[in-house]
Amino acid sequence: MAGIVGYGAYIPRNRITADEIARQWGKDPDSIRGGLLLQEKSVPGLDEDTITISVAAGLHALERAGVDPQRVGALYIGSESHPYAVKPSGTVVAEALGIGPEVHVADFEFACKAGTEAMFVALGLVESGRMEYAMAIGADTSQGAPGDALEFSASAGGTAYIFGREELMAEVVDAVSYTTDTPDFWRREGAFYPRHGGRFTGEPAYFQHVLSASRLILERTGLKAADFRYAVFHMPNGKFPLSAGKQLGFTREQLEPGWIVPTMGNTYSGSSPTGLAATLDVVEADQLVLITSFGSGAASDSFVLRTTELLVERRGRAPGVRAMLDGPRRYLSYGEYVKVREKIRMND
Amino acid sequence: MRDVAMVGAGMTHFGELWKLSLRELFAEAALAALESAGADHLDGLWVGNMSAGQFVGQEHIGPMLVEQLGMSGVPATRVESACASGGMALRAAWLEVASGQSEIVMAAGVEKMNDGADVTAVLATAADQEAEVYHGITFPGLYAMIARAHMAAHGTTVEDMAWVAVKNHRHGALNPHAQFRREITVEDVLGSSLVAEPLRLLNCSPVSDGAAAVLLVPLSRAHEFTDRPVRILGSGAATAAMALADRADPATLDAVVTSATRAYRMAGIQPAQIDVAEVHDCFSIAEICCTGAMGLTDGCNPAQAARSGFTALGGRRPVNTSGGLKAKGHPVGATGVAQAIEIFAQLRGEAGDRQVPDAHIGATQNMGGSGASSVVHVFTRG
Amino acid sequence: MPSPRYWREIPARYRLEGARCTACERVVYPARSVCPHCRGRALEPMRLSRRGRVVTSTVIHAAPDDFSAEAPYAMAIVETPEGGRLMVQVVDCEPGEVGPGMEVSLVFRLIRREGHGGILCYGHKGVPVPVEVAT
Repeated sequence: MAGIVGYGAYIPRNRITADEIARQWGKDPDSIRGGLLLQEKSVPGLDEDTITISVAAGLHALERAGVDPQRVGALYIGSESHPYAVKPSGTVVAEALGIGPEVHVADFEFACKAGTEAMFVALGLVESGRMEYAMAIGADTSQGAPGDALEFSASAGGTAYIFGREELMAEVVDAVSYTTDTPDFWRREGAFYPRHGGRFTGEPAYFQHVLSASRLILERTGLKAADFRYAVFHMPNGKFPLSAGKQLGFTREQLEPGWIVPTMGNTYSGSSPTGLAATLDVVEADQLVLITSFGSGAASDSFVLRTTELLVERRGRAPGVRAMLDGPRRYLSYGEYVKVREKIRMND
Repeated sequence: MRDVAMVGAGMTHFGELWKLSLRELFAEAALAALESAGADHLDGLWVGNMSAGQFVGQEHIGPMLVEQLGMSGVPATRVESACASGGMALRAAWLEVASGQSEIVMAAGVEKMNDGADVTAVLATAADQEAEVYHGITFPGLYAMIARAHMAAHGTTVEDMAWVAVKNHRHGALNPHAQFRREITVEDVLGSSLVAEPLRLLNCSPVSDGAAAVLLVPLSRAHEFTDRPVRILGSGAATAAMALADRADPATLDAVVTSATRAYRMAGIQPAQIDVAEVHDCFSIAEICCTGAMGLTDGCNPAQAARSGFTALGGRRPVNTSGGLKAKGHPVGATGVAQAIEIFAQLRGEAGDRQVPDAHIGATQNMGGSGASSVVHVFTRG
Repeated sequence: MPSPRYWREIPARYRLEGARCTACERVVYPARSVCPHCRGRALEPMRLSRRGRVVTSTVIHAAPDDFSAEAPYAMAIVETPEGGRLMVQVVDCEPGEVGPGMEVSLVFRLIRREGHGGILCYGHKGVPVPVEVAT
């Protein structure tokens, strides 16, 4: 039996409101906010990227787990905004966390589900007995094209999970993946911004995979929505996860702690992992939690977790997601935002 | 070791000298120095230069510059100690003559800063690249930290620092070679743009092109070249920790204290005997720290020395009658030698409107980086 | 930034590795082979805590090209509880707020980039610790 022995999140402290972006592009702020159910998003500083976010999250996870980093046998970083096109993020993060050199490192990429993908693989290595501990991080600082719908939601942040076999905060009861080739959202090599298929990203993409993976795991485990305390879904905007949850039979209350998108935005590979962290921050012991991610291209990973007493005992060792979301933060103007997101063509 | 005298000096104007290259600047100053002494050959050349390599892409300037004088064959070496390069070149030249090795040696300094290099980045190479500059500190930033530490420890104010710039501009206005010949007010300084808090633009020495050269011979032969030689009484040099973080007290410049003590000991003098001094005012705070470290203010608060007139022309101990680095300009490698030239003029009674009456003993202090190196010379009438 | 020069500094920059002199017990950061305080030669590796206190600081307005987008920014000399000192930017606050005595955490951040094609250079920066937590 393997599971989560530690977790940690990091959310940068800059924000921009959907209103500020809407005004810039002549869109009606009320309809944007109402349509996306999204109020504001996190923005990385000029000195923050997937690597620095992963280090911060990884440190929090190690603090909660109380594990010597030298015992971590694998480190996987899932992102769609790895700082290098060729050269792993994971090696920098490993050295910064004091992990290795006897460690297996890989960078994962699968649009927004690269984080849970890393979790899936880390879990497998620990379950098989090959590793004592394995760390998986989902983190992103993705770009939304100016004036595009995704600009309202593409945000920054990430969460790290350490898997092990002893002193679990949450057992993994089951894990599944559901994958097809569905070109709903993509970015070509060298392109600065991604592109997407508009409404095609909804039903044939997000919902097809999120619902299929979730139903698959419910069937395999013989569980139904009412058996769970909470559920977390990938959050490209405020509406999709609520709709998916409802279709699967979850109540709004069950979705609440993990539904962090209204003030965080969509941190892509960090989205459902951070939603899960926010849930783990508050859930009681011996409860079931469902997490289903979605990555365009497309696939969903789904996990069923059972929490333990150790979770309640140890989660106070590092800051919680809500403390970071609601804590000290700085609101940017659109001009500051495009400057720090380097959307301005500079003279180099 | 025998006594050494300065018998000739020459320098270019300091400023933005677009028409003059590195080699032309040197030639102008060096030829003027040779001519002023009636000298026609050299046994050696030591040229202070912080970074011809980074400013104009040229290393190996020793042989290159001596060739400009038609003197290829003469041993010539570049001396580098960041902003103390000139002072260290003077020290090297002095040692060569004092040791008996040579009879006539030139100590020169030159810097060509305006040819398009990223001056901020080049000057920052005087600081610790890995520990300091990597993280974003600038050269003015280091002195700004020194200023803040000084303000916290001694109550020094931004007005105190502004007065240093005001005083030195007043002096510079009287110096035909100075880059800036206009006076400024305390309001001008405090209203100028921020560079690194609390230092403002007018607290900072400018970017300058320029060259300066002096001729050194044994004192016993000085009369062959001039009837008013200036004797080098003492030379003292010292180093301190490179990184500001590695110094026990950021507000204390240990290298300056030590180099001055060594120079005074060799010269057999106390600082109270010094009539006029050129001190390294790369930033206003530096003059305050250095005059304090050198004991030039007779126990009065060095922060108030400019404001009170103690270190102004007409005051008890004029400092930087040339205008200092602030008003005269700071072509980095040339500064240490230009300081010597000002004292040379003062002790010969040739400083014109800047003359300190009856100056007998003068001193120069030239410092590198944020105080990691310092060299002090003491001079007297030959 | 030439890669080897950057790579050699990774233990100091990524993990705050310094050294403690076994003779006089003082800490140097980054590590070196001779103790600057007592000239001892027996130094053992250690890591600085990820926190410290500002000794002195400034706010850089005229920044080098690599840092121009971040100007104005605060720089500080920070001393960790072990006595190690480092020069770092202090971020996530108004630069004018940084002053002597301020408690900071040391966090891992991107320090500089080499244009569009060079390596990414990482290190630590200071972030003020909220006053309630500092005690």
